Amino acid sequence: MHVQLFITCLGENFFPEMLESMTTLLERLGITPCFPSEQTCCGQPQYNSGFEAEARSMARRWMRTFSHSDAPIISPSGSCVEMVRHYPHLFPEGSEEHTLAIELAARTFEFTEFLVRQLGVTDVGAHFPHRVTYHASCHLLRGLGLRDEAKRLLAAVRDLEFITLTEEETCCGFGGIFSVLYPEVSGAMLENKVRHIIASGAEYVVVGEAGCLMNIAGGLHKAGSAIHPIHLIEVLAAQGGA
Amino acid sequence: MSDTPTTPIEFRRYTQNLSPAIPIAIQQATGQFFEKRNARVAELPEWELLRDVGHRLRLHTLEHLDAYLEQAATSLSAAGVQVHWAMNGAEANAVVLDIARQHNVKTIAKVKSMATEEIALNTALQAAGFQITETDLGEFIIQLAGLGPSHIVVPAVHLKKEEIAQLFKEKLGVEAPPDPEQLTAIARARLREVFLAADMGISGANFLVAETGTLVMVTNEGNGRMCTTLPDLHVAVVAIDKVVPDWESLATLLKLLARSATGQKLSTYTNFITGPRKTKGEHGPRELHVVLLDNGRSRMLASPLTRETLKCIRCGSCLNVCPVYKQVGGYAYGWFISGPIGAVLTPQLLGTKIAAELPYASTLCGACAEVCPVKVPLLDLLRHLRRRVAEGDATTTPIVSPVLRGVARGSAIALGTPWLYRLGARLMPLLQVPVRRGNWIPSLPAPLNRWTMVRPFMPFRARFRRWWKHHKKNE
Repeated sequence: MHVQLFITCLGENFFPEMLESMTTLLERLGITPCFPSEQTCCGQPQYNSGFEAEARSMARRWMRTFSHSDAPIISPSGSCVEMVRHYPHLFPEGSEEHTLAIELAARTFEFTEFLVRQLGVTDVGAHFPHRVTYHASCHLLRGLGLRDEAKRLLAAVRDLEFITLTEEETCCGFGGIFSVLYPEVSGAMLENKVRHIIASGAEYVVVGEAGCLMNIAGGLHKAGSAIHPIHLIEVLAAQGGA
Repeated sequence: MSDTPTTPIEFRRYTQNLSPAIPIAIQQATGQFFEKRNARVAELPEWELLRDVGHRLRLHTLEHLDAYLEQAATSLSAAGVQVHWAMNGAEANAVVLDIARQHNVKTIAKVKSMATEEIALNTALQAAGFQITETDLGEFIIQLAGLGPSHIVVPAVHLKKEEIAQLFKEKLGVEAPPDPEQLTAIARARLREVFLAADMGISGANFLVAETGTLVMVTNEGNGRMCTTLPDLHVAVVAIDKVVPDWESLATLLKLLARSATGQKLSTYTNFITGPRKTKGEHGPRELHVVLLDNGRSRMLASPLTRETLKCIRCGSCLNVCPVYKQVGGYAYGWFISGPIGAVLTPQLLGTKIAAELPYASTLCGACAEVCPVKVPLLDLLRHLRRRVAEGDATTTPIVSPVLRGVARGSAIALGTPWLYRLGARLMPLLQVPVRRGNWIPSLPAPLNRWTMVRPFMPFRARFRRWWKHHKKNE
C-alpha cells in the first residue's frame, strides 16, 4: 500500500525527528510512503484568520500537489487535516475544484485516524518504558472526532505507564493567531496546562499536534520542568529504551 | 446595567491587566455548573438525539419566523395582551417608557433579562426618573455595583462573597459577614419591600409559545413570579427569536435549557404566563404588555449561517466550558453577552467595527460547539466573522490591522510558493543564529515578541527533505 506524506509546514520546520519516525513507522507496518516535494502549507493560518482569498490560493496549490496520486494522504497533524476537510467550502458547489476538494478531503487522514480507523491497527509494536501523560489536542479530539484513537495506540505500547492528565481535553492556549493577538490570555491558559502536566508526575507529555507541542514545550521550558514534550508518533516509533 | 458600546471593544487591553482573583472565582463557579451539567447529561442516553431535535426545532422556527410571530401575536392578543413591535432598542425603550408614564409608575421591580440588557432599558428608565430594582440576586448585586452581567446565567459570577459583603456595606449600609446565607437574607428583605411597592414589573422571557401566546420564564429564586404577579402592570420585552411553535417543542427546549444552564432537570420555577388576570380572584397583573424586539435579528435571519446564531437559548454552557472565558471573565467581551456566544453575537448586533477583536478572542478549540444544546455552529460563525473583519462586509470596509493583513498576505505568498517556501526553510536556520540560545530562541523583536513574552520559540530545523533523499537512496 502506498501513502502520500503530508508533512505540514510546522512539522517540516520544527519537528524533523517526528517526520522521520512517521516514515519509518509506516514502513515497519508494510506501507510505502511517498513524498510530494512541491508541498508547502495548507493555508490554515490564513483561513482561520479570516483571509479566505489567500487560503483559497494555498488550497489550490495543495490540491494540485496531492492530486497527482490516488494514494491516501497521511499527516501528523489534526488541524491541517481538518483544514483540508474545509477545502470544499472554499470553492463554489458544482465547480471542478469543489469536486476535487471533496475527493481529496475524503482520502486525507490524520496519522492516528489512519492507523486505527483505516487500517484497524492499535498495536504498532512500540516499546517505551516511561511514565507518560497525554494532552488531547482540540483539532484531533473535537475537530476530527478522534477521542480514543491516540489513547488506544498508547495503551498498546509495551512498558508504557499511562497517567491521565487533569483537564486532558482543555485547550493549551495555542490557537494559532490567538496566541499572538492575545498573548496574556494564551499565556494564562498555557500556565494552567503546564501546571497539570507537572503535577501528573510523568516523564513525558505526549502530544499529537505540532502547534500544541510547540506551545507546551515552550511552557515547560519556561517553567524549568524536566518533563519531555514528545510527539505521539515518536513514541509509537520507539522500539528501544528511548 | 450594560450600556451599548459606541467605541471599539478592547478585548486585548482589558485582558492585559487582569486581576488573578477573577479567573479563580469564575473557574470555581463555572466548574461546578459544568460538573452538574455533565451529571445530568450522563443520565440521558438520548442527549445527543435531544440536541439534534433542539437544533432542528430552533432552525425550523427561525426559518418560518414570520408565520410563527404572527401566530404568537394573534394568540397574545386573544389572551388579552397588548402587543408592541420594536425595530430597535430605542423603539422598545420608548414603548416601555410610554407605558410607565401612562400609568404614573414610580417604582419598578425587574426580572433578570438579557433582552433588556441588550437595549439598556434600565439606563433609559432611570434617566427618565423611574426607580428600577433588579430582583434576581445576582442582578441585584451587580446593579448595586453599577455593572452589567458578567455571565448569562449567573451575572455576578466574578464576585466573591467578601466583595459582596463590602458592597452591601457601602451601598445598603448593612454590616454582614461574608456568609452567603446572611447576605441573601439581607437582599431578600430589601427585595420584599420592592415587590410590594412596585407599580410595574418588567421581565423578559425565555420562550414565547406561539400557539397559546404564553410567556415562559425560567428562574430559580421565585423573584420572577413576584415581579409578574404582584404589580398591576407587567411589561415583557421579548426578542423575536424567543418564539417556539407549541408546548411540545417547549418541553424539549426546557429539558435542554435547565440541564445545560445549571445542571438541573427543571429549574425551581418555570413560569407560564398567558395574558393578564381575567377575574377578580385570579393572580397576575391587570394589564400585560409584550414588546417584540427585532434589534438586528431580521438582518441575521437573512443568511443561513448567521441565522444559526439565533438558535441560542441563553443557557451559558458555552461560557462554562470556554477556556478563554474562564481566564478573562465576562467584561472582557465589552457588552451584556460574553463568552463564545458573545464573541459571535456582539459583532453581528453592533457591527464588526465596534467588535472587531471579539471573533479572534477564541482558540477555536471547539469546546463550546460540543456542548451547545442547540448546536449553534460557533466555530463556523467565529471564522465567518473573522472573514468579515478581514475582508469587510455589507456595512463596514475591512478593519483588520495593516500588520495582520501584511502578515497574512506575505505568508500566503511565502508559504504558498514552493521555491520560496523551500528557500525560507533553508535560510531560517541561518538567520536565527544571532537570536538562538541552545535549543531555544528566548526572545524575538516585535511583533514576534508576542509569542516569546509567553514562552520561548523553537528554532527552525528543516532537514526532512535531505533525510528523505538519503533514506530513499539507501533503500
